[in-house]
Amino acid sequence: MIQFDQVTKRYPGGHEALSDVSFEIKHGELVILAGHSGAGKSTLLKLIAALERPTQGSVWVSGQNVGNLKASQVPYLRRSLGLVMQDHRLLMDRSAFENVLLPLQVAGLGAQEAARRAHAALEKVGLAAHEGSMPITLSGGEQQRVAIARAIVNRPSILIADEPTAHLDPAYAREIAALFRSFHAAGVTVLLATHDETLFSPYGARRLELVQGSMKA
Amino acid sequence: MKNWVRSQAMALLEALLRLLARPFSTFLSALVIGIALTLPALGYVVLDELSGLAKGVSGKPEISVFLKREINTQQALTLQAKLQQDPRVASIKFVSREEALKQLSETGGFADVVGSLEENPLPDAFLVEPAEAAPQYFEALKAHFLGLQEVAHVQLDSAWVKRLHAIIDLGRRGVLMLGALLGAALMIIIFNTIRLQILTQRHEIAVSLLVGATRAYVRRPFVYFGFLQGLVGGCVAWGLVAMFMALISPKIVSLAQTYSIVFELHGLQWWHVAALLGFAGVLGWLGASLSVRRHLEERSSR
Repeated sequence: MIQFDQVTKRYPGGHEALSDVSFEIKHGELVILAGHSGAGKSTLLKLIAALERPTQGSVWVSGQNVGNLKASQVPYLRRSLGLVMQDHRLLMDRSAFENVLLPLQVAGLGAQEAARRAHAALEKVGLAAHEGSMPITLSGGEQQRVAIARAIVNRPSILIADEPTAHLDPAYAREIAALFRSFHAAGVTVLLATHDETLFSPYGARRLELVQGSMKA
Repeated sequence: MKNWVRSQAMALLEALLRLLARPFSTFLSALVIGIALTLPALGYVVLDELSGLAKGVSGKPEISVFLKREINTQQALTLQAKLQQDPRVASIKFVSREEALKQLSETGGFADVVGSLEENPLPDAFLVEPAEAAPQYFEALKAHFLGLQEVAHVQLDSAWVKRLHAIIDLGRRGVLMLGALLGAALMIIIFNTIRLQILTQRHEIAVSLLVGATRAYVRRPFVYFGFLQGLVGGCVAWGLVAMFMALISPKIVSLAQTYSIVFELHGLQWWHVAALLGFAGVLGWLGASLSVRRHLEERSSR
């Protein structure tokens, strides 16, 4: 499903965020990506979504070499992924519902079908009552859930999240972790970057660890 | 296909809402664009009227063919019938010498002169309207008529026609250059307007791309915005040109009358308006398109 083959990512200026990283994630796996901040976790996730391109090596997602993808093909790759970024990246001038609707509008889905799916996604993350709320009026945990609803509304086969439980108090964090667990149970391949791995260890997640840009064996 | 139409319609609606959301700045931009377009548009319309003038009162210039004095009316009418067959002749009108004298006496100031004449000095004549208005065409026809044995003299104000054509031609080039310059200015205005808009919506663009928006999807509302903004500017120019025409038309007509020219102004025609709006819309489209492309390039090269 996701395969890194001797991937190195060097940023302009010489900083090497990832060095010779290789691993494979199979369909339906739940994988935790551990490591200190600055270890290269975010870079690794960005490479999967073609938000960055590898300097060396190749990144394969669902049989496609992401590093070689044409600019015109990148949108379709991103539609097949559910992305939850570290800063949740919600549009503050739109309601929770409209934020969740965005990926469907972008994909050109009909208004009725899009609305139906957006409702379903918000219900799934337990925010059905807050559909019309502006993100600013929601708590941090609720905002994170809106971002998760937006990530799953396209029914992706791969869900990628960067520190989804950061800045959340333990009760909220456990709820979010359980949410990812439920997507995994539904057959979605889940890759989570987190420094809070105890949250996910009860779910039998496989663990990958980055240390200063290298994969720890 | 249905998806495509829907996404176009959505983008158009979005662009319309953005225009209406800032009525004052929309109005200002439209005014700038409109004023920039008014000058070349006005020039174009005036030139169109002038080339109408160049074609003469009856729509086309005429050639006067004077017959020899010994030709009688019967022979003249035979010749007329013959010339009528020539494809280069659009129409031919016989003016008898009596008729010509009568016309002359009716012309201001000549009545006394005509009255003092013992006999009619005027020959029979034809007024020939050529099928085409090009000056070279005239010369060829003139040569042809002079070759006829019944003809004494052929008169055409060719020099005048040539001069007018040359002036109109020069004017057209001037208007074209002005149009190109101000069209470029229009594109720059739209380019900049869209650039500012993109800056305020940077975050929205980034998030859309993150969730799988194609570049075309991001581009569309901006490009429609540019198109509509250009169109609104074109409408302002239309209004201004119509206003100017209404103001100067009576002056031109009375000026023409002092030269004894019956000059009918046609005003703005539908194709003038269509060309103006089309030009403004397409340039707006182009300016916006370049602006978004540039932004997307910058973003992806970061």
